[in-house]
Amino acid sequence: MTQDTVLEVKHISKSFPGVKALDDVSFSVRRGSVHVLCGENGAGKSTLMKIINGLYQPDHGETLIRGERVKIDSPIKAGELGISMIFQELNYTPEMSIEESLFAGRWPTRSLGRIDWSAIRSKTLQLLQQENLPFDPETKLKALSISNLQMLEILKAISRDADIIIMDEPTSSISNKEIETLFHKIADLRARGKAIVYISHKMDEIFRIADEISILRDGRVVETRARADFDIDSVIALMVGRALGHGYPKEEVAHGEPVLEVERFSGPTGFRDVSFRVREGEIVGFAGLVGAGRTETARALFGLDPGAHGTIKVRGRTSKIGSVQDSVACGMVMLSEDRRRFGIVPVRDVKENVTLASLAQFFRNGHLHNAMERKKVTDICERINVRMPTIDSPVGTLSGGNQQKVVLSKWMLCNPDILILDEPTRGIDVGAKFEIYKLMTSFVKERKSILMISSELPELIGMCDRIYVMAGGRITGELARAEFSQETIMRYAMNMPKAG
Amino acid sequence: MTAVMSRETWQKLKTRYSIYMVVIVMIIVCNALNPNFLSTRNISNIAAQISVTTILAFGETLLVICGLLDLSCGSVLALAGVLSVYIFKETGSMAVAFGAGLFFGVVCNYVNGILVRYFSIPAFIATLAMMTMARGGALLFTRGQNIYQIGDYVWFGQGQIGFIPVPVVFMVIIGIVTWYILGHTRFGRSLYAVGGNEEAARASGINIGRIKIQAYLINGAFVGLAGILLMSRTNVGAPNAGQGYEFEALTAAIIGGTSFSGGLGTAGGTLAGAFIVGFLNNIMNLLGVDSYLQQVIKGAIIALAVGYDMWAKVNRTKKSLGAVELSSKPKEAKS
Repeated sequence: MTQDTVLEVKHISKSFPGVKALDDVSFSVRRGSVHVLCGENGAGKSTLMKIINGLYQPDHGETLIRGERVKIDSPIKAGELGISMIFQELNYTPEMSIEESLFAGRWPTRSLGRIDWSAIRSKTLQLLQQENLPFDPETKLKALSISNLQMLEILKAISRDADIIIMDEPTSSISNKEIETLFHKIADLRARGKAIVYISHKMDEIFRIADEISILRDGRVVETRARADFDIDSVIALMVGRALGHGYPKEEVAHGEPVLEVERFSGPTGFRDVSFRVREGEIVGFAGLVGAGRTETARALFGLDPGAHGTIKVRGRTSKIGSVQDSVACGMVMLSEDRRRFGIVPVRDVKENVTLASLAQFFRNGHLHNAMERKKVTDICERINVRMPTIDSPVGTLSGGNQQKVVLSKWMLCNPDILILDEPTRGIDVGAKFEIYKLMTSFVKERKSILMISSELPELIGMCDRIYVMAGGRITGELARAEFSQETIMRYAMNMPKAG
Repeated sequence: MTAVMSRETWQKLKTRYSIYMVVIVMIIVCNALNPNFLSTRNISNIAAQISVTTILAFGETLLVICGLLDLSCGSVLALAGVLSVYIFKETGSMAVAFGAGLFFGVVCNYVNGILVRYFSIPAFIATLAMMTMARGGALLFTRGQNIYQIGDYVWFGQGQIGFIPVPVVFMVIIGIVTWYILGHTRFGRSLYAVGGNEEAARASGINIGRIKIQAYLINGAFVGLAGILLMSRTNVGAPNAGQGYEFEALTAAIIGGTSFSGGLGTAGGTLAGAFIVGFLNNIMNLLGVDSYLQQVIKGAIIALAVGYDMWAKVNRTKKSLGAVELSSKPKEAKS
């Protein structure tokens, strides 16, 4: 241990019923450096961070802050020790103003317990100026973008004099430009001597900001080295425990008749005159920037948002799609981008979640056929490779990647012909991503079709047969596989088809 | 590994069946305190006493699971009850009076369902309004007078089938119906899904509005039946009957493990919850506990029961692999 080590955990182990989440983990971070922690979902990153933040207690092992042994038994204690955590999914009070939120829980008071608003205002202004952020202290949090909320969290950490800042996948829902701002801030914090723990599995980010990289797998730290001693392939290989390569499991499939034809589809949620078609055996991609209208188009098509008009033909027959029930009856299902909100019922078990959309097949004369349900759920979960204690475990207790697989299992059980995937690999790890790609490939080999919305260009280019690009609610380009390139797609996405 | 598995199984058994353990422990303790407690006569008395609120509690269970509730059941019970008694006196037909009781319960709850579904009024407010309307309706119809001399109608509340009181038979039937609905029908599965995450249920092709209305309709039939039984048990068509029963019913459901945040609850749990309250009342009476003190104790027991349940849940979540906290479900799912 050197003088500079601010936070160190030694030989930490933590078990949950049936699972050893952390096994003899040691990890440290130095003043003025960024330590990236990466690993698949379920590798133990969140557990480790929750221990450092005082949410969990380790079964064995010790934690040292600035060389002193400490017992962190609550997030409040963690805060007192100078640890600040910025969660992946920010919890905030929408009606609070920036200044209220900055000092939440430690508002300065005057006599009779009255809050000293003028002190809050002056401190807030001073902080905002010092950090060069153009915010109005009175702005309510609900008016802020996710990236601004993150900035606010960082500001909060600074105002608390935190010298250990933990960030859990901060870039999973912000735009490229916002990522730049965030990285500038991180560089700034590092220069000011803060110790930063950064959790991510995005390779480009990891290599841009890391000083050191630790890789967690199955609850163990398998490697800790300086960034220069790693390359992308070695990180991926260590994360999944096998060499993955950059390849996508794409296979050539003969394309048949059009199964889905959409003509002049417009809707009140922000898309106009969208026309496209999807053929049998085809994976069709939808590219575009955030807000281009891709998700909105898909949601209306699936019957989730009312009020859209246009012609929809499924296998040549004009269909009136007005509800999810209609779509499922036509053999079209949709995996939503927000699985927590639209995908899972967290308190119910895996079995009930998986059969939710296809309940009819398990009922004989209105009576539930229990054994058949268990068998089908077990089979599909095995096929999709859902990792869980049992099919009776609440879905809310599974990791993100496995929750996504539960949702996918639910839709596969409907035996669909057309699968709409909206950001199917967002927030899930490399190994699970690869499994989802393989499932996509085997799905279209059965002469079925996929419509995939994604913001990850390599994934679209790797997996799709054709790509439609949307911008401002309209389709601005259609590219065949031979024409795919990140530059071309980006130009269409910004509605500038010609260079310059 | 096997040791870990068996501990997990034990954990699951403990959380799933702990409420029944409480019932058994209570029986043992109560019997030790007063040997008359376990007599057939006393037990059958308790069952008859709790039958009305337990039937209401089964209705509340269905609703609370789906993220709804019914504050109007005490009043609707009175309205359906007096109308049923009145119709019996006019027609002399038990069957018609029975049908009418159920019918009026269902009609009031259809209105609840419509207010919730089509006007998006929160269930709390909609049924609060219905509570006032139905009570007013019952008083208006009877001009505030009790209807006496209800003749054969008393069979519903005071008759016996074999040695079992008729209301207990009805309670058991409604319990089985609730158990069947929740565990074995599409509708039951949909209730859990709607209460657990309304948006996800909708995105899975479940017609949320229809489920909510259906839940109220079934609840309405239960409430109508409870009205018939209560009027008959007390020998009088009383427009003031059933005040506060909505909370007794909710208490039984909540003690029985039905979660107010939706998505969790069982018929067996509710029945156990109702018996726990019933046993408690009974043993306190047998022991001659002051009736004011009884209320204080009952309130404390509710706080303890729910407090323990929440505490156990938080612990469970922390112990399980818990990437997601149970409380993180979208706010929109509540109504």
